Amino acid sequence: MSTTARPADALRADDTTRREPASPGLKKVGGVAGWIDDRTGAAKGVGYLMKKVFPDHWSFMLGEIAMYSMIVCMLTGVFLTLWFDPTQGEVVYEGSYVPLQGVEMSRAYASTLDISFDVKGGLLIRQIHHWSALLFIVALSVHMLRVFFTGAFRKPREINWVIGCLLSMLALIEGFAGYSLPDDLLSGTGLRAAQGFMLSAPVIGSYLSYALFGGGFPGEDIIPRLYSLHILLLPGILIALFTAHIVLVAVQKHTQYPGPGRTNDNVVGFPVMPVYAAKAGGFFFIVFGGIALISSLVQINAVWVHGPYMPNATTAGAQPDWYMLFPDGALRLLPGWLEHTTFGFTWAWPVIIGSLLVIPLFYAGMIAYPFIEAWVTGDQREHHLLDRPRNRPVRTGLGVAAFTLWAVLTFASSNDIMAIKFDLSINDITNALRVLTFVGPLIAFWATRRICLSLQRHDRETVLHGRESGMIVRGPDGDFHEVHEPLDPYERWTLVQHEAHEPLQLEADEVDENGVARKGGAKRKLRARLSEFYYGGAVHPVTPAELEAAHHDGHEHEAIESANRADESEVDPVRSVGAERH
Amino acid sequence: MTPLTTTDEGRRLTRIDRRHPAALALLLMLGLILAGTVFAAVAPKTAEASAPAQSADVVEEGRELFVANCATCHGENGLGIKDVGPSLAGVGAASVDFQMETGRMPMAKPGVQAPRVEDVKFSDEQISAIAAYVASLGAGPAIPDEEYTDGSKGDAGKGGEIFRVNCAMCHNSAGAGGALTRGKYAPEVTGVEGKHIYEAMLTGPQSMPVFNDQNLTPEDKRDVIAYIEQQQEAGNPGGNPLGSLGPVPEGLFAWTIGIGLLITAAVWLGKKSA
Repeated sequence: MSTTARPADALRADDTTRREPASPGLKKVGGVAGWIDDRTGAAKGVGYLMKKVFPDHWSFMLGEIAMYSMIVCMLTGVFLTLWFDPTQGEVVYEGSYVPLQGVEMSRAYASTLDISFDVKGGLLIRQIHHWSALLFIVALSVHMLRVFFTGAFRKPREINWVIGCLLSMLALIEGFAGYSLPDDLLSGTGLRAAQGFMLSAPVIGSYLSYALFGGGFPGEDIIPRLYSLHILLLPGILIALFTAHIVLVAVQKHTQYPGPGRTNDNVVGFPVMPVYAAKAGGFFFIVFGGIALISSLVQINAVWVHGPYMPNATTAGAQPDWYMLFPDGALRLLPGWLEHTTFGFTWAWPVIIGSLLVIPLFYAGMIAYPFIEAWVTGDQREHHLLDRPRNRPVRTGLGVAAFTLWAVLTFASSNDIMAIKFDLSINDITNALRVLTFVGPLIAFWATRRICLSLQRHDRETVLHGRESGMIVRGPDGDFHEVHEPLDPYERWTLVQHEAHEPLQLEADEVDENGVARKGGAKRKLRARLSEFYYGGAVHPVTPAELEAAHHDGHEHEAIESANRADESEVDPVRSVGAERH
Repeated sequence: MTPLTTTDEGRRLTRIDRRHPAALALLLMLGLILAGTVFAAVAPKTAEASAPAQSADVVEEGRELFVANCATCHGENGLGIKDVGPSLAGVGAASVDFQMETGRMPMAKPGVQAPRVEDVKFSDEQISAIAAYVASLGAGPAIPDEEYTDGSKGDAGKGGEIFRVNCAMCHNSAGAGGALTRGKYAPEVTGVEGKHIYEAMLTGPQSMPVFNDQNLTPEDKRDVIAYIEQQQEAGNPGGNPLGSLGPVPEGLFAWTIGIGLLITAAVWLGKKSA
């Protein structure tokens, strides 16, 4: 036989060994990650996410607080489903809360009492669930305020703003469904009110109520139905929208505050791995710990105090959870004389406006805002650098005005609590808040806009003449002046980086080149007027030329400072800051 | 044989004419007396203490105290002064006992409502003297018997149901109080003696409706006292109750301390740059 005892399919001596195909653009990943990547190709996407850069600012963590509160809420919610019985069959309570022993109540309420008193750790978990729900909506609201006032909703992030608004609105409904489940006196009163709101809907009202409650109020269907909404449908939609929200943040990259080295085309910060993974992971435990701390010290929704719901009973101080106070406040403020009857049909306008229109109108306004602003200002560019709120006086003013309206309505809902706690007449409070509903937002807008313009002027002043040092110097001629310390270029950049805004010049295009009036004149006029409203009288940032002029206009005190400025004037304020990267 | 009711008997008698014509009237009379006696035995009892006949001395002492401390508003004879103070004829000793022992009367200053004052300026003897005098102005509810003001003898579960249907809409389900119109309010019922809770229900002070003994029997009133007391004994197992005023203080807490705590953590973490 042959001396080369080589099987036909074996390698020859000069064959090169086959290389493992690697994922494109990635170095070889080992261990478990490699094992997974070999089978799923996940390393590419994960690698993309891990290398994502996030800018460092506390206000970018508000959304994180909301996210973590939601996760805490879901974890504790799963625990509660193990004991909660969402049915309305009557039982006689035999649990350990003495004042209710022997009282007839629904299974839903009895099982909530059992969770609170007879399930180990049940009360704490219930309180964590409720506090995290409240804090979830607080945090997402504060996050929305941050996004609004810094202009983070602008192109390309309008879709994510809309998703955020929907998330927020669904969170209100999810919260209300949860609030209604224990079937205590407070939640039953809330459901009774909700049923009244449905009835106020013209034509469909009674059908709607009958369909949802499975007959007359209260029936035995509403709690099982709300339970399905609360633990299945709404959380499902919330998680789906939330995932889309996060994916869009990753795809569109994070916005950042203006500063030296931060441009519309970069993101200055740290990559997710390892810095942000550690920070964000740690922050989850801080949030969870904070909520657990609050829940162990502060009682929330003491259902055992309220007692079981009976349609013939109610309690003073019956309010919904805070996020539903504003429609409730509108109901309390709307005067009864708005109601009228046509052909035997009652139009309960005070109820229709307060309960059916306020929430949709608020959210419609929020959802529409980015598109309205883009149309008015004609700004179709992408924005990745955030605005300082003062540099957008009208937007900031509108935001504060809307917030003021919301706050007035929210406080209106607590008019009875304010009356007893501050020894006031509930009638006076209600009348004052009726006036404030209209006057408050106007004052808020005017004051905010003026404050923003003043702050902008102050910024100009600071840039042009430096910071007041508090040192008074006596000149050779016996005159006195204050020494102004020059700004360092890094600080100055933040004050001068923004754009100068001008109203759109639309009147000039009233006619085309043939002298024929263009179509849509009214719309264009409206747009021109709104544009003037936004940017008319805007304070512009200091230009390099102005800065130069200010430094050489021969003020006495500036001559004194000129020694300090000698080295500084060589540094181009714009160029120099570009080099500064964290 | 099943016992006959008086009406059955009456009808039968009209059919059988052998009896004396007066028999019908007599039987009706008997029936009425029987019904009256049964009602008197079964009807809800008022829980008035067997009022010891107040000696004329005590009433006189009460009158003097009344003239010195109360007459400015309620008039020299306790018959009220128009637009200043109401007549006290017929309000009874229970009313005086409640108003003065909780410090509401005499009012320190005119106002929409007399507030509860912890520091009561009158001794028990003085108050009962004034009560005796006011009771002498006209018949009214007397100070309740201790039997019915002792919450430990009542049924809290039943009292809770009565409380939720009749009291909670103004006083709040936790008894924390609530607002009424134009600055008036339903005060908190926690930390109030059983006797005073009873007297308040019995006399309906200020804006409160009267829950007389036909409406809520003395036993019912005692159950309500039992519920209020037991609810307080149960305490707040969940921690600080934030005034037991429900979602408004809870929301305020979430918007201030709650989110403040978490934002502080975020700021701290944001400062921890590499």
